[in-house]
Amino acid sequence: MGSADDARADAPAPAAGPDVVIDVHGLTKRFGDRTVVRDLSMQVRRGQIYGFLGPNGSGKTTTIRMLCGLLTPDAGGGTCLGYDIRTESRAIKRYVGYMTQRFSLYEDLSVRENLEFVGRVYGLSDPVGAARAAIARLGLEGRSEQLAGTLSGGWKQRLALGTCILPDPQLLLLDEPTAGVDPKARRDFWNEIHALAADGLTVLVSTHYMDEAERCHAIAYIAYGVLLARGGVEEVVRASGLSTWTVSGVGLNDLGARLARTPGVDMVAPFGANLHVAGRDKALLEAAIAPYRSDPALSWRPDRATLEDVFIDLMSRAEDNFR
Amino acid sequence: MNGGRAGAGERDGGFLRRTWAMLVKELLQLRRDRITFATMILIPLMQLLLFGYAINTNPRNLPAIVLMQEESDVGRAILTAMRNTAYFSFVRQARTEAEFDRLIADGTAQFGVEIPANFERALRRGERPALLVAADATDPVATGSALAALNGLVRTALRRERGLPDEAPPASFEIRTHARYNPAAVTQLNIVPGLLGIILTMTMLIFTALSVTRERERGTMESLLAMPIRPVEIMLGKILPYVGVGFIQAAIIVGAGTLVFGVPIVGNLALLAALSTLFIATNLSIGYTFSTVAQNQLQAVQMAFMFFLPNILLSGFMFPFAGMPRWAQWIGEVLPLTHYLRITRGIMLKGTDLATLQYDTLMLAAAMLVAMTIAVLRFRQTLD
Ligand SMILES: Nc1ncnc2c1ncn2[C@@H]1O[C@H](COP(=O)(O)OP(=O)(O)OP(=O)(O)O)[C@@H](O)[C@H]1O
Ligand SMILES: [Mg+2]
Repeated sequence: MGSADDARADAPAPAAGPDVVIDVHGLTKRFGDRTVVRDLSMQVRRGQIYGFLGPNGSGKTTTIRMLCGLLTPDAGGGTCLGYDIRTESRAIKRYVGYMTQRFSLYEDLSVRENLEFVGRVYGLSDPVGAARAAIARLGLEGRSEQLAGTLSGGWKQRLALGTCILPDPQLLLLDEPTAGVDPKARRDFWNEIHALAADGLTVLVSTHYMDEAERCHAIAYIAYGVLLARGGVEEVVRASGLSTWTVSGVGLNDLGARLARTPGVDMVAPFGANLHVAGRDKALLEAAIAPYRSDPALSWRPDRATLEDVFIDLMSRAEDNFR
Repeated sequence: MNGGRAGAGERDGGFLRRTWAMLVKELLQLRRDRITFATMILIPLMQLLLFGYAINTNPRNLPAIVLMQEESDVGRAILTAMRNTAYFSFVRQARTEAEFDRLIADGTAQFGVEIPANFERALRRGERPALLVAADATDPVATGSALAALNGLVRTALRRERGLPDEAPPASFEIRTHARYNPAAVTQLNIVPGLLGIILTMTMLIFTALSVTRERERGTMESLLAMPIRPVEIMLGKILPYVGVGFIQAAIIVGAGTLVFGVPIVGNLALLAALSTLFIATNLSIGYTFSTVAQNQLQAVQMAFMFFLPNILLSGFMFPFAGMPRWAQWIGEVLPLTHYLRITRGIMLKGTDLATLQYDTLMLAAAMLVAMTIAVLRFRQTLD
């Protein structure tokens, strides 16, 4: 109350808007003496779908909360939709749809009532009509009177996304929107996000799924609060400089354990019936696997590093650096 | 996908709109919450009946003692009458003034009747002698009606003793009451207005004390805070529905008090309604303030209770305000219930007007504004 912030509470939509929708520098957040996000900078352009990846507890949710004014950064700052994240959070909230990681709509309100509530808070001229339209669009007609708490996980996510986009935001912050959702629903979800982005909406989405990461225009990878890689998927893979071999055959468990201890091997990870062996130095890696290449029980094949390889490698290196 | 978005237009005048959004949401949730809903209706009814029973029932077996300063037929008749009635449970006959005082002080008896020397002779001469009654009035409901009972009992006893018919005017005497520990003469009628305040205080505090902590514990606060809604709007949206609820409760209590217990409303009913609404809003604001300070629902309830206790004890509901030590009176002055008791007792029993009650009204309004200001300032708009 009473801050400069209030003056912009009903600020006009950032008309054409800046081309860089999220532009933050040096964001740092501490809880007690633990630094949860460290010196994080991020730029997201209008219309981009920006994937935000990282292991559990790496600070994704914390970062997203700082972007929409739910947490105050201890250091750093920047803008969201051109508004200062420290001082103009009310204006930001009007044009940002934030989908929380944990379902946070009112479980004791029906689908329709939740949508109408959001419509009213955002001051839509016809919240009832807007809610009805959203229900039709979400395919929730049969369930409009069902209590939100009794919806299945997938439907809850759909409803949560529906309430986020109801007030016509310009930026969506989606925190693991597809966790626990079946593959078909997940695909529909992503098709919808792409349709929204095509309309000019900017989307920052955190996820643990590699296939989702690959559907993003750009990704950022964060571990232990530090942004370790960012850019297009190809770019990130290339920048990692990881060479990879795929092995199949028998005794892979044993082999994996031995290889993991061999210098030149930076990452060993089982992939289905295969094993991915990767190293940042191509020559060293080849030397390391050379003794096993002649084993007739194994078949070796040079492979392109996957995003997952890159992330696992990044994570294990981050572990060395920050633990 | 975007094309199908209906009614995405905007409007100004956001304050009322957002407060209204919050209010509608709270009402819908209230309607769904059967238990809370039941409590809202049941608590006032239960308490009213409970207390109402205590009010309506003449005291039974109130431990009583008698000190006879003279041996007379009249004295013996009174003693017999007290022995034979169910109002009193005759404990013993005190021998001396000192024993009489001690028995009442240590709680052996709650009620003592002293028949002074020369009572009979004075009675016969028509001098209106006084029958001295000492009552431990720490339980004012009991002793209040026991006094009334004693009056009738003595009259009947005197008539019998002289063999007069029941309609005959009995010899004239006076009961001089010394209500120990409670100099104010508390009557039954004082209780219902007081009860109105007590019930409203308790239920209103609890309703809002849970409102913010509930959102935090259920995780809905994160979504709510991510929306462009101000703390003031959240507060008003959460308080206003309960003003209606409180009003209904007040109506139930006043209605039942009037119909069942015959409590009059001497003064202006509209004034009573208006000031009751103010009192309801004040307590809701205080409860809401607790809610913004508490970490969880349990803490909020504890805070509400810690506030509720002095309201009962120091407002003049339990003990007469004038009889309290000065420091207790100062505390009492800042409690909403103190002022509301003066308001309800004033309007219902004495027909007091607003001009006379303006100090109490202003104190209630001030308490409400202070609570609301603290709540808005304390409301955490972030998850830090
Ligand atoms: N309010 C808080 N108080 C103290 N510590 C917190 C708080 N919120 C988050 N943390 C800590 O900060 C770290 C980062 O949490 P965050 O929720 O941002 O991770 P995340 O990347 O979203 O993880 P996940 O993938 O599991 O959702 C965690 O170790 C968490 O315990
Ligand atoms: Mg998270």
